[in-house]
Amino acid sequence: MKTPVLEIKNFHVDYGLGDEAVQAVRDVTLTLHRGEVLGLAGESGSGKSTLAYGVTRLLPPPGVISGGSVVYHPPSGDPYDVMALTDTELRKFRWAETSIVFQGAMNSLNPVHKVSTQMLDVIKAHEPQLTPQARIARAQEMLKLVGISADRMDAYPHQLSGGMRQRVMIGMALVLEPQVVIMDEPTTALDVVMQRQILAQLVELRERLGFSVLFITHDLSLLVEFSDRIAIMYGGRIVEEARSADLYKDSLHPYSEGLLKSFPALRGARRELAGIPGSPPDLRGMPSGCSFHPRCPQAFDRCSAEIPVLGIPSARNDPNRSVACWLPGRTA
Amino acid sequence: MKFLLQRLAFYVFTAWAALTINFFIPRLIPGDPVTSLINKFQGQMSTDAINSLYVLFGLDKNASIGSQYVDYWGQVFHGDLGLSFTFFPTPVSEILRQSLPWTIALVGITTFASFMIGTSLGVLAGWRRGSIMDGLLPVTTFLSSIPYFWLGLLAITLLAGPDSFFPSSGGYEPGLVPSWNAEFIGSAVQHSLLPAITILISSVSGWILTMRNMMVTVASEDYITVAHAKGLPERRVMVSYAARNALLPNVSGFALSLGFIVGGTLLVEIVFSYPGIGYNLFQAVGAKDYPLMQGVFLVITLSVLVANLLADVAYLLLDPRTRKEG
Repeated sequence: MKTPVLEIKNFHVDYGLGDEAVQAVRDVTLTLHRGEVLGLAGESGSGKSTLAYGVTRLLPPPGVISGGSVVYHPPSGDPYDVMALTDTELRKFRWAETSIVFQGAMNSLNPVHKVSTQMLDVIKAHEPQLTPQARIARAQEMLKLVGISADRMDAYPHQLSGGMRQRVMIGMALVLEPQVVIMDEPTTALDVVMQRQILAQLVELRERLGFSVLFITHDLSLLVEFSDRIAIMYGGRIVEEARSADLYKDSLHPYSEGLLKSFPALRGARRELAGIPGSPPDLRGMPSGCSFHPRCPQAFDRCSAEIPVLGIPSARNDPNRSVACWLPGRTA
Repeated sequence: MKFLLQRLAFYVFTAWAALTINFFIPRLIPGDPVTSLINKFQGQMSTDAINSLYVLFGLDKNASIGSQYVDYWGQVFHGDLGLSFTFFPTPVSEILRQSLPWTIALVGITTFASFMIGTSLGVLAGWRRGSIMDGLLPVTTFLSSIPYFWLGLLAITLLAGPDSFFPSSGGYEPGLVPSWNAEFIGSAVQHSLLPAITILISSVSGWILTMRNMMVTVASEDYITVAHAKGLPERRVMVSYAARNALLPNVSGFALSLGFIVGGTLLVEIVFSYPGIGYNLFQAVGAKDYPLMQGVFLVITLSVLVANLLADVAYLLLDPRTRKEG
């Protein structure tokens, strides 16, 4: 049986306060299980990165978490709500339990400090009892795991290539052996060859170290191949969630279908590529009902009137799937 | 290392150019120092005395401009900058030797203090923006817009006077002999307080503003978010990640302001009749004292060059990106 490690429940994030507030993430419920890779896909502006920042309480102002909880299950001990942690507890929780690899591979490292300084200070902050030699040994070992030789410890970020920098960031994210690693488009700035290498390495490391990954990207093809489950986000809500293979073969939401049709399959018969007409919704003036209905080719009356609820699709009877759509056989 | 040598060569060249200009300017000015000195003595001088004065000033009419130029360099390297008119026959180097410590002590220390205080406040204001610290900004903008001489005169009018703790002019009590004893140092400190405070008030706000703005810019960088995500203590993120990077432009500003210590003290020293380099320059201009002016300009030029060199070195140390490999 799968055990949860991070449970996001009814999570809401707003930008701004009061009536002017823009709701970037609405009522998101998502569970990350131990040892799995959960992909989170969606167009730009669908709220995926905001969700990641919100879950780790790193939202820059004017972002506000307006509701929901994030329950973390440590390997031993009772689960607790990350949203309720005090500043000191939060500081201890960060990186040791949940680390993040950010979008900007190039800017995630401080240009004036050596790689070693930036790796060692996080070990020092979380495990002050370690001797300096032990810290260095740990950092070197981690760099070796991500394919960076130990002598690069003394390099400055500008002396490393983009791929190396992102490897260093991944190594840094794993150095405290956290349970959860959130990756926010970690490979977008890299070319496809480097992307593939880094992801392959990540899969290998996950098998060795046993962490869970919340992988955020707009590249659905990447997720289909690489993740165990996929959640599709649109207009701040999760619209479909399923195992990768199920989603790829048998997507239920018209939006997922549209995303899948917009990239070529690597294997199998050639098929027509089709984009999704229209553009992502304006978060300040969301359409009524299902926010996808203005772009949906299968929309009907009910779609513009009521917001569909995420639930097990009635036609599949599979507890591992859920979808939010009014089409027959979907939301019950 | 190679970079540093290149810079050094550049500064040596600049120094040479500045000294050469310093040599030619007085010779291009209509009239010469000796004539003005003769005028000062109302013609009560023999021809022999006049000729020896010309030689003394390095303006020997019989020597070619080339040999004068060579002699000039020899004199500069011996620290011989000629004789002052105003304080005739005191050598210029002696006057500078006496006034330079006053300027460096007063303006040097206050510039440094102003930089430290302003930068620290700017770091805090930038880091906790939206807090009470933001109330500091209108005040600093207001203070930085006050012309310095007005602030100085206002301070003298309001605070200094015969019965006041703050003396209105001079570097020390007139009756005292400069020496390293408690009484003299106490008096010197007392005399320097008012000019120091006014310099501090008018210059600190500039540091606060630039540092705050840099902090705000740096605080939105990705690596700051990463530092937060790493769970580092707030202080470490602020000092080692944000302030460390935001400091870079301020450091070069600081080095430049060090160079202007000597030249920029004119107003302070005039307003407070402080016995420093700036006051010397003021007196020299008033008395058409060319050798003294030349000496002061030389000191200003060299200090600007040295400060620039320091800025280069500081930048090399602080920003690894400026270091070139090999």
